[in-house]
Amino acid sequence: MSRDVWVLAEHAEGHPRRITFELLSRARALAEMLGGRVASLVLGNGAARLSRELGARGADVVYLADHPLLAQYTTDAYAAVIAPLIAREQPSLLLIGSTAAGRDLAPRLAARLRAGLATDCAAVDLDQGRVVVTRPMMTRKAIARVAFRNDGLRIAVVLPNVFAPGAPDAARTPQVVPVPVTLDASAVRTRVAGITPIARETVPLTEADIIVSGGRGLRGPENFALLDELATALGAAVGSSRPPVDSGWVPHDYEIGQTGKTVNPQLYIACGISGAPQHLAGMSGSRYIVAINKDPQAPIFSVASYGIVGDLFQILPLLTAEIRRLKAAQAG
Amino acid sequence: MNIVVCVKQVPDTEAPIRIRGDGRGIEEGGLTFVPNYYDEHAVEEALRIKERLGGTVTLVTAGPGRAAEALRAGLAMGADQAIHVQDPALDAADHIVLARVLAAAIAPLSGDLILCGKLATDDNAAIVGPAIAEFLGLPQATAVTRLELGQGAAQVHREVEGAVEVLEVSLPAVITVERGINEARYPSLPGIMKAKRTPITVRTLADLGLGPGDLGPSRVELLGLTPPPRRQAGRILEGEPAAVVAELVRLLREEAKVL
Repeated sequence: MSRDVWVLAEHAEGHPRRITFELLSRARALAEMLGGRVASLVLGNGAARLSRELGARGADVVYLADHPLLAQYTTDAYAAVIAPLIAREQPSLLLIGSTAAGRDLAPRLAARLRAGLATDCAAVDLDQGRVVVTRPMMTRKAIARVAFRNDGLRIAVVLPNVFAPGAPDAARTPQVVPVPVTLDASAVRTRVAGITPIARETVPLTEADIIVSGGRGLRGPENFALLDELATALGAAVGSSRPPVDSGWVPHDYEIGQTGKTVNPQLYIACGISGAPQHLAGMSGSRYIVAINKDPQAPIFSVASYGIVGDLFQILPLLTAEIRRLKAAQAG
Repeated sequence: MNIVVCVKQVPDTEAPIRIRGDGRGIEEGGLTFVPNYYDEHAVEEALRIKERLGGTVTLVTAGPGRAAEALRAGLAMGADQAIHVQDPALDAADHIVLARVLAAAIAPLSGDLILCGKLATDDNAAIVGPAIAEFLGLPQATAVTRLELGQGAAQVHREVEGAVEVLEVSLPAVITVERGINEARYPSLPGIMKAKRTPITVRTLADLGLGPGDLGPSRVELLGLTPPPRRQAGRILEGEPAAVVAELVRLLREEAKVL
């Protein structure tokens, strides 16, 4: 096995996604401890131009697989290219982002290669020569430390927003290694028929630095407009707890919690959310939490960095106005 | 259409958790176990397809004796039969090993469609579904919010970052389901009575033709569980709304430095 740490690059519109920079940053630290290199693996159609950016963010080597059948992510095509490559190169560790594609692919690869796999990782460390990850479990009521066996391949699927991306260094130029691709269309058993952007999502919830989220206290779908206005002022994404989804006020892709998304933003503003365990499971990893709720006993206050006990219908417009003033001053 | 649904029994997500003294698991005494939330949606989807197209719905689980209750719950919703893989060797199995065992139980059933929940709410792994697909040599679609069957293929919707992906997948396939795909039904009283009478097929690893050497070792090891770090008690801001809001923004800018 090599000492190298690999990162599977994800990209959209010609650039690596932020999660890839986060993983490269962690991979650099791990590779230095292991005495190995950082390699990034990028699959696409015309993906060569991503190499520079991956190098600038920490990749020493870029393995580049370029093929028309790799223009979009599919399980079969990605697994067919990646599995033999990592079986041959034997990286010490492969980091994959916990994204729709990453979660789809990693178990498939691990099963094919009999690799060790840990998903939902919130930390990846070396401990006495072993790779050890930390992952929340049981509605975030327990944190598990999981170690990989030292023999065999190791794959860690890492949550977004837990590692800070490194600053780009344009002077770094990676070695680019082309990966020969022999793919037949008949071996790809799924076909992407379309991708429809969710119009409201300026930034996906799981990647957002700031999230404004609403709960039962909003009383109705029309009042989510208050959150939209605050979110626009902040450049934030809008989410919800479970009751607004169950009541049909917002679609279920808004939902943050055990039966929705897990998010780790810098700032989470919970509006009219009581803080049931099922909701805390999805957001209590946020760096700062602001809670606005009229019930001083609401459990959300026990996890809030800053709490306001009050009427959100009064507070939110004031907060939006104050943020607008601040942003205008910062812009000026 | 013959549909296989994988189900798992998990602790009730609302229940408090006590970590065992050795840190290697949780205390099960007094804990309420329920069928995994997402698996209920998988069962529901299977039943709706069966109601439209005919066929059978077979439930499969692997786990200790108590896991039979999750099978009973699915039978009460309307599934036809259930298989329970039970073997002491499963105690130390990681998710990949478990998927191999489940695949061995599913393979003889000639399913046209294998449905799973997108993850189990106890360990949040989301590994077993796609790993079963690999071991069965089938295509997969994960975290699906809509499923429409066509001739020899299914069209599904998947939520990806900031978008909905429409994916066509050839059948048979393994499909894992996301919340939002349907509203799961409650078991009916006749359903519950029928479920009590339906025999559950119990299989050991040997019954599945698997010896200890076939599974390979578990490649990850749980070192321990700890309670999550307690968040520092926050500050409650009090006063007139306008003053409170101004103070909040000041703190977010100057103390938290997030604005």
